[in-house]
Amino acid sequence: MTEDRIAKFEERRTRLEQLSDEELKTRFWELCDQVVAPMVDLARTHTSPSIERSVLLRMGIDSVTSQGVVNRVLEAGLLGKGAGHVVLKVAEKRGVDIPAAAALIVEDKEVLQGLW
Amino acid sequence: MTNQLDPKQKLDIEEILTDLEHYRSRRKGWTWREVPPEGVDMGPFHYRNMSRPLKNSIGLPASKYFDHIDPQPSCVVTTEIASGRFEDDLRRMRMAAWHGADHLMVIRTTGQSHIDGLLEGTPEGVGGVPITRKQIRASRKACDLIEEEVGRPINFHSYVSGVAGPEVAVLFAEEGVNGAHQDPQYNVLYRNVNMYRSFVDAAEAKRVMAGARIFQIDGAHNANATAKAGWLVMPELLVQHGINCAFSVAVGMDRELIGLSTVPPDAPPAPKLWYDLPYAVALRDFFSDYKMRAQQNTRYIEADIEEAIRTHTIDTLISMLTRADIQSTITPDEGRNVPWHYNNIRGIQTVKQTWAALDGIQELLTINREGPLGEMVRDLKIRAVAFLEEILEIGGYFAAVERGFFVDSAKYPERHGDGIARDGKGGVAADTIVPRDPDYLAPVCSHFGDNHLPEGLERPCDLIGGCTLCKPEKIVYIDELDPEDNVHKRLEATYPYRKGGQIKPEAEWAGDGVILLQFFVPLPEDFAAAYGIEMAQRLGLEDPQVVNLQVLHPAEGCFLEVKGKVPFAVDVSTLKVPEKEVILPEEELRAAVKQVGLTVVAATVGEDEHSVGLREILDIKHGGIEKYGVKYHYLGTSVPVSKLVDAAIETGAHAILISTIISHNDVHRAQMRKLADLCVERGIRDKVILIAGGTQVTREMAAETGLDATFGRGTKGIHVVNAMVKVLKERGVL
Repeated sequence: MTEDRIAKFEERRTRLEQLSDEELKTRFWELCDQVVAPMVDLARTHTSPSIERSVLLRMGIDSVTSQGVVNRVLEAGLLGKGAGHVVLKVAEKRGVDIPAAAALIVEDKEVLQGLW
Repeated sequence: MTNQLDPKQKLDIEEILTDLEHYRSRRKGWTWREVPPEGVDMGPFHYRNMSRPLKNSIGLPASKYFDHIDPQPSCVVTTEIASGRFEDDLRRMRMAAWHGADHLMVIRTTGQSHIDGLLEGTPEGVGGVPITRKQIRASRKACDLIEEEVGRPINFHSYVSGVAGPEVAVLFAEEGVNGAHQDPQYNVLYRNVNMYRSFVDAAEAKRVMAGARIFQIDGAHNANATAKAGWLVMPELLVQHGINCAFSVAVGMDRELIGLSTVPPDAPPAPKLWYDLPYAVALRDFFSDYKMRAQQNTRYIEADIEEAIRTHTIDTLISMLTRADIQSTITPDEGRNVPWHYNNIRGIQTVKQTWAALDGIQELLTINREGPLGEMVRDLKIRAVAFLEEILEIGGYFAAVERGFFVDSAKYPERHGDGIARDGKGGVAADTIVPRDPDYLAPVCSHFGDNHLPEGLERPCDLIGGCTLCKPEKIVYIDELDPEDNVHKRLEATYPYRKGGQIKPEAEWAGDGVILLQFFVPLPEDFAAAYGIEMAQRLGLEDPQVVNLQVLHPAEGCFLEVKGKVPFAVDVSTLKVPEKEVILPEEELRAAVKQVGLTVVAATVGEDEHSVGLREILDIKHGGIEKYGVKYHYLGTSVPVSKLVDAAIETGAHAILISTIISHNDVHRAQMRKLADLCVERGIRDKVILIAGGTQVTREMAAETGLDATFGRGTKGIHVVNAMVKVLKERGVL
């Protein structure tokens, strides 16, 4: 395997040596873009507890409550909807503001029943 | 709270903490220095590559010879400050800013990168500071005051890494943090955070940072701080920088706000330039659109401070030969302890001194790409491109990490098999990312990725009437969660040392009492260390530790550095400070000199060839006594005291001025006594004024040696004229 890798490298080197400095630079950045493309795609289509807590913070919910809300949303299997989305729905349904809706979710997990 | 600091007053930490709940930083986003393209004129010099000088600052020690100029490099200068108690760090930040730092970086407390959420309050940290809203807000408030005082914006910086990256990024955006480390590869390789989680979080964190114009620094330099042979991982470093840059741009960052954290990977006795220069050039070729944050080498730095400073000087030379937008400084004591106050200043001085010395170097010297340098640069680039091709061949980045492609200490494509391999299913926070549903929604700004907002919104946060990034009044401030572990309790304990007049020396924290002893001991290594501890204990120091030992000869002895704590405080009211000499107005002095036709004889006495100090006291050019009308006879250097006395008698001089620099065996005191005794012997003591000066001479020595006045460092001609006029008045001559 190792010898195979080294041999492959020598082939690559021979090929890359034909490139000008500018072409080599262009090649470097094309390859970087190719390497990161699937990771950018993964990020675009997925979320995480921290991302959702960061959304709640931006909605004016304190860090301690954000933690509680995201835990509830995860338990309820609703993280894929977006925790901010969940809080927004609760606020609309209960007719309360965003921080109050977040507090309600932490107090009582039943609040999340039947939202979807 | 006043919005102006008084340079004569200490930073009032209690004031900083007052009313924080309502404080909003004036500064958001990153700021570069102002660099006039035409250069900067300071004192007698023209500088080609400097930024505008500061309103208040302290120059290098030698600046007193050059009208006290303090030229400031064109690049932003970083210092890292994080003792575990941010309240003590604020004072250090102020000192650092006065010496020229405008990028203040706070290291996080150990383990914070594994905490899944934000911390609040102000707990004490270990090896760094717990990063919280209150800590940041207080620090940024202090920075706002300090930047006003020095007259230049200050960039405050910390880390957006670990498993709470997106939240930390929001916190930073809300509180006006100006720069941050963010690199998902760092989490994966060095913090063992799950690789999928790390990249998903990073996209959000980077988008938030981009929205707040927070400058980003990557984490690639950790590879040469970690790999056993840091100088061989260079192709990989190009790859790591490339991945973070490409990912950052893809999620919305501006290239102008992306910096590469790059370290010259080698240190002497290695032939540093042959490794570090080709690497620096290759990097700047490929990354011409990005900013360079030049870091200094830490991999091969241990206990010796001077060795660190020498290596860092050469690191700075490499920055200047190539390019640095931000020059980082490493405290030279980093290898032996959590950095001390004064070592931050030393690190800044290393850069400031090197930058001034080599100002405009690229106009004088060019890098020679013909020959070995060009070949080495080309070789590194080809290896980096081949590395990327192999990553894609085996299935991409995640597969490459699983196979240990990174931080292997061999030069690519060689492998030592000691790379850091991580399992995609493992690591901290494994299995915590969740696919977004088709109706996923996040009603906030600076959000990355699929977001199914209703049509027709101007901003995503219109759905909730504004997010905290648009309406800062919505930010919720939490003060303290722990009634014991907080800044207020710590400030109570350190009050006597900060405001109560009880003085202890200080390395990191108010009242820590830490001092350092440096000495030679004529013992071999093992005995020398034991002696150091024993000696420090007998001196009464607590917790003595040997922090550095250098063998000067296996049998003859060692240089030793021992730290320990002073167990007592000194009440400042008991200190006797010599009264400042009252200097008569210049016009009055000139008149007195004229009235008596004041003349003096002067020389450097004994076997002493130093003449610079005395010439400065005498010559009109340096503002010496001649400027006030005094006539002098300068007899030269290594002049016997008797010859001076003879000359005084012969010329009828009013005074004899001697300079004595050499002080071993107390020879300076002996010369001073001899002068007094000889004048008594010749019966002229009450007719002449006897004055001595020198670097080891103090004002108190006059009484002890029988002279009329004695002067030490920093003396000017006017002081000497003043002393002579004073004696003449006492004697009734004037």
